[in-house]
Amino acid sequence: MSEYNFAYLDEQTKRMIRRAILKGLAIPGYQVPFASREMPMPYGWGTGGVQVSAATLTPDDTFKVIDQGADDTTNAVSIRKFFEKTGGVAVTERTAEATVIQTRHRIPEEPLKEGQVLVYQVPIPEPLRFLEPSEVETRKMHALEEYGLMHVKLYEDISRHGHISTAYAYPVKVEGRYVMDPSPIPKFDNPKMEMAAIQLFGAGREQRIYALPPHTQVVSLDFEDHPFDPSKAAHPCDMCGAGDSYLDEVIVDDRGGRMFVCSDTDYCRARREAGHRGRLAAEEMA
Amino acid sequence: MAADALEGGFAEAPIQSAQAFRAAMECMARPGRIDEIAGGAGPAPLSVAASTLLLTLCDPETPVHLAGAFDRAELREWITFHAGAPLVEAGEALFAVGHWDELMPLDRFRVGTPEYPDRSATLIVELDGLEPAGAMLRGPGIRETAALSLPERAAFVANRQLFPLGLDFFFTCGTRLAALPRTTEVS
Repeated sequence: MSEYNFAYLDEQTKRMIRRAILKGLAIPGYQVPFASREMPMPYGWGTGGVQVSAATLTPDDTFKVIDQGADDTTNAVSIRKFFEKTGGVAVTERTAEATVIQTRHRIPEEPLKEGQVLVYQVPIPEPLRFLEPSEVETRKMHALEEYGLMHVKLYEDISRHGHISTAYAYPVKVEGRYVMDPSPIPKFDNPKMEMAAIQLFGAGREQRIYALPPHTQVVSLDFEDHPFDPSKAAHPCDMCGAGDSYLDEVIVDDRGGRMFVCSDTDYCRARREAGHRGRLAAEEMA
Repeated sequence: MAADALEGGFAEAPIQSAQAFRAAMECMARPGRIDEIAGGAGPAPLSVAASTLLLTLCDPETPVHLAGAFDRAELREWITFHAGAPLVEAGEALFAVGHWDELMPLDRFRVGTPEYPDRSATLIVELDGLEPAGAMLRGPGIRETAALSLPERAAFVANRQLFPLGLDFFFTCGTRLAALPRTTEVS
């Protein structure tokens, strides 16, 4: 580990990122520009999250990485090993034991506590980007609190599909001021964003950092007659039987067979260890 | 340059600045929380907490303003040697250090622009005492209410009115650190 500066990045870069994080926390939901560095992994693999984690980690931390809820995917494993090697930090797969959790596209099922930090990897930080391609314009729209276009988009969803069809990266309004992209988490996770932990968002390619302090008001945009619905697949988990967790659908054969399983692997494992069994768990054991 | 200017830096910058930043981040994210930070030791009248903050956050990219009793040769040399930060007038500063009365009037400092509210100053206010009592705080980062011994209330009420523009504050006393972002409602 002596070949690397602690947590890979040089000190001046970390100071720049740290200043951006502090301003992000002071202006919840506002996207702070930062001078994103090239990291030893491709854009789209979480370079923003990695830079925020590098600026946040201390040697005393226990680090967890999830990719769509799973600790054991390529992306999660490689980022975890990266900070094991360059920072010498302890790592874990258990949500409750982690002090810093880097995530791609999920919030853990287990409620996060004070003292924990959740770092999101963000591909497109600007919630208005697909409606207005110009950065100059979207910045002006945020400055003027001009968010009518976003409601038009949700309204068009309703007129076309009968309901708001946006299922992930569902836009939220923070403390009644900034409309924010929660990163591509399922809308099922949106209500969890009012939590006791600090949430930091890093977009490497787009060079933006934003943040939510604990206990910050985060409201999913909706209409009075079409209230926000944090829906999920109407099944229990086939492995652990949980009825309250977000599920992945897995195709198991070429005859239409399928199963539903918790996307949060740590939550599912902990439940199975506690003796909970789902529909297909017995076959799994055999 | 006085020999003292070479002393008082971090012995192990990557580790000490990481630990100090985490404390500063927790304080900014949870207004009213009081933490302890150490590692930096600048010349008087700079406290350990303020020294550590400057070493953690300032470098050649961050103009610093020294207010009142803090604008002295020893301190200028210390910041120049350890952080390399340019020393500037209040209106150009991203960070400022001083006692509360020396930092007045606050409207000298940058509060950001509607497009870039992050381009605003962070004031490091040295206090004689820092206790979780006094002014009542509400807002992001606070479950219900918190309390902090602020030097006054009206200035923070006025700062909150500017949101999303505004100043952000750190308060230091010895090794103790607290923070107050622009979002906090003070009463």
